[in-house]
Amino acid sequence: MRGLSADVRVDGRLEAELTTEPGAVVAVIGPNGAGKTTLLRALAGLVSMTGSVEVDGVSWTRPARLVRDRNVGLVFQDQLLFPHLTAVDNVAFGLRSRGVAGAEAETTARDWLTRFAVAELADRKPGQLSGGQAQRVAIARALAPAPSLLLLDEPFAGLDVGVATALRIELARHLASYDGITLLVTHDALDALTLADTVLVIDDGRVAQYGTPQNVAARPRTDHVARLVGLNVIREHDRFRSFSPSAVTVSLARPEGSARNQWHGTVLSAVTHGDAVRLLVDAGPQLIADVTPGATVELGLVPGREVWVSVKETAISTYA
Amino acid sequence: MTDTDGRTLGRPPLSLVIPGALAAALLVLPLVTLVLDTPWRNFFDELGSTVVLDALGITAIASGVTVVACVLLGTPLAWLLARVEFPGRAVLRAAVTVPLVLPPVVAGVALVTALGRNGLIGSVLRDATGITLPYTITAVVTAHTFVSMPFYVLSVEGALRASGDKYDVVAATLGATRWTTFRRVTLPLAMPGLVAGAALAWARSLGEFGATITFAGNYPGTTQTMPSLIYTTLQSRPEVARTLSMILLVVSIAILAALRNRWLTTP
Amino acid sequence: MLLKKTVSLAVLALVLPLAGCGGDDEGGHATITVLAAASLTGAFTELADQFQKDHEGVTVKLAFDSSATLAQQAVDGAPADVLATADTATMDSATAALDGDSELFATNTMVLVTPTDNPAGITGFDDIVAGDVTYVVCVDTAPCGKVAAALLADNTVQTAPASLEVDVKAVLAKVTSGEADAGIVYATDAVAAGDAVQRFEIPHAADEVTSYPIAALKQSGDAALAQQFVDLVLSTAGQQVLADAGFGKP
Repeated sequence: MRGLSADVRVDGRLEAELTTEPGAVVAVIGPNGAGKTTLLRALAGLVSMTGSVEVDGVSWTRPARLVRDRNVGLVFQDQLLFPHLTAVDNVAFGLRSRGVAGAEAETTARDWLTRFAVAELADRKPGQLSGGQAQRVAIARALAPAPSLLLLDEPFAGLDVGVATALRIELARHLASYDGITLLVTHDALDALTLADTVLVIDDGRVAQYGTPQNVAARPRTDHVARLVGLNVIREHDRFRSFSPSAVTVSLARPEGSARNQWHGTVLSAVTHGDAVRLLVDAGPQLIADVTPGATVELGLVPGREVWVSVKETAISTYA
Repeated sequence: MTDTDGRTLGRPPLSLVIPGALAAALLVLPLVTLVLDTPWRNFFDELGSTVVLDALGITAIASGVTVVACVLLGTPLAWLLARVEFPGRAVLRAAVTVPLVLPPVVAGVALVTALGRNGLIGSVLRDATGITLPYTITAVVTAHTFVSMPFYVLSVEGALRASGDKYDVVAATLGATRWTTFRRVTLPLAMPGLVAGAALAWARSLGEFGATITFAGNYPGTTQTMPSLIYTTLQSRPEVARTLSMILLVVSIAILAALRNRWLTTP
Repeated sequence: MLLKKTVSLAVLALVLPLAGCGGDDEGGHATITVLAAASLTGAFTELADQFQKDHEGVTVKLAFDSSATLAQQAVDGAPADVLATADTATMDSATAALDGDSELFATNTMVLVTPTDNPAGITGFDDIVAGDVTYVVCVDTAPCGKVAAALLADNTVQTAPASLEVDVKAVLAKVTSGEADAGIVYATDAVAAGDAVQRFEIPHAADEVTSYPIAALKQSGDAALAQQFVDLVLSTAGQQVLADAGFGKP
């Protein structure tokens, strides 16, 4: 079987099953400490795990393969370019380790730098590169030896918004032509939506949701994803009910209508969000509500204010 | 180095200036008096004498080979201590540093009990091959390496620990074997530690005396180093000993200065 | 090297006053300090005991070191009462500190010693002359080395020693530990080593006799007591103690 089939168990930290097609780009999202990075490191062989990892029909766990024999490309949050090597030598490193002759490795490495539009920086040391340039070199370094599994750990973290956006667009182009499997750990819903064809939501060391970005965004099952995509989600027994913050009505008095869809609580924060003001209300579940600036002033919606929030049943989508 | 003009932070406190000045005085004054006390007109006569040239030669060879031995043997040891988990690692690390605090003469006695003609290993070696170490320059190098290696290993291990294994991990994900990783990543990154360690080991070797004279003996042209010559000369001709000390001092400072320009240019 | 001298002097200056100074104390308790060559350790320890028995309330402090070091300390004014060295040249270098002339009180000759098991099968000094023996002597800057070098020349020994040790104790240690097949040491050292060594006479040794002088020091706080110690060393009883330790007559 081609593709990735993994059942990763790391003592006390992670228990995740995952199957993908060849060429898939999987966004791994979840709160800090949920086990996203652990998943990547376990697949790369850097964390000891039980269970199994199979890539393109070959087991990496029976017998256990060393990190260097796993054919992964790992891009770290802080790049970790070898500080004593030039950009081109960094990219050529993986090729030379896998037996490509020096001159050929360098030519290939320069090609990769050209693809990421940093060819003119080839002979610079990492210390002379900006964050965005260094991350381009780091991605080129991971891709150059043609890994079966590309593991990106928050590759845009710490970059300026503009730089991150440009790099995101370039990366999308490369991933389209890359036939290995990509796992991308991210905190940004935009990454999941623009780069990935599948989203894996990890919460508290377990897979909370696995599906297309559209499906996960429309029907979030965790608070974390709901926040990322800007929705409220409430769990009722084995079903989830989600609704948009713009569908929420905020009032000082108890509204009429079904008690099922109204909550009493305290405003935790109020920040501008586009044309509206987004309130975070602690009402048992934490809910977000978008109100007009006028209403904010009129009702005195500052943190600490007690309010009622309600939503029409028709605005709620219910799913399993 | 610093963006701030120091003066805007106020005067340095006397509680730091006074002990600092005392420390500097203690370190510098004896050297200054040694320089002043040296009969300089004999300097070049002594420098040209066979016995001094022999001793300088032995010292140069012994300290040079010692540094090479430290690099070739000490680097792998430092790597093992810093990067590989094995039972007894903590004990081994402690044991490796013991020669640092061992009085040199005791170090010499320890070497005799291990490698002397009747030593545990030395007697086996003698019975098997007829080779004995004492009274040879090999014994001088062995003694020097024994006392100098801990400085080197500690320095390199510190550098390896400080740089951490994160780049080793990166290299592994790029398909590199541990040997390739060591050669192309670990070693270049630890180079400042290697150079500092080599300088320390060389300096220790240059001044080594007690372990050498106890284990290797003292004979002009084969085992007599500059410190041994200085010590034995001190017994009868202290003023000549002072000149000899000055020769060793001048030569070492000259080499250190040359090395500093080439290798140790720190910002 | 200057440092070593300074430090040892400083240490001496710190330690010695603890013993009190000479006969300042008339209340029946006095202390004298004797600086003696290292080879006198056994004999002078016994003589000091004798002296304390003979003089109620008197303590004898002994400082053993190389003659050169002690002579330098005496000249530098170290608080001490008596100086005994292992050769006359060193004593002469301390003339400025001496209270009167020095007197010879003992002699020492050199002998060849081997480990008890004698691994090289040495039967006499001829084996050294014939060569092929790993032997050690004192470095020729030390008094014992000067004598040894003269004996090697007198006997036309061709093979060089394996090592020139800093002092006679180091030579003896090399032999008793078996690191050397033979060594040239003082007869007194051979006596002190007892069963740990075999002893062989060296031809012409009688021509290269070392003489030991003793003298009271100017800085002594109790010149009478210092002189009494010198007298004890020169007395018949004192001479007997020295003879038992292997010293010859002056």
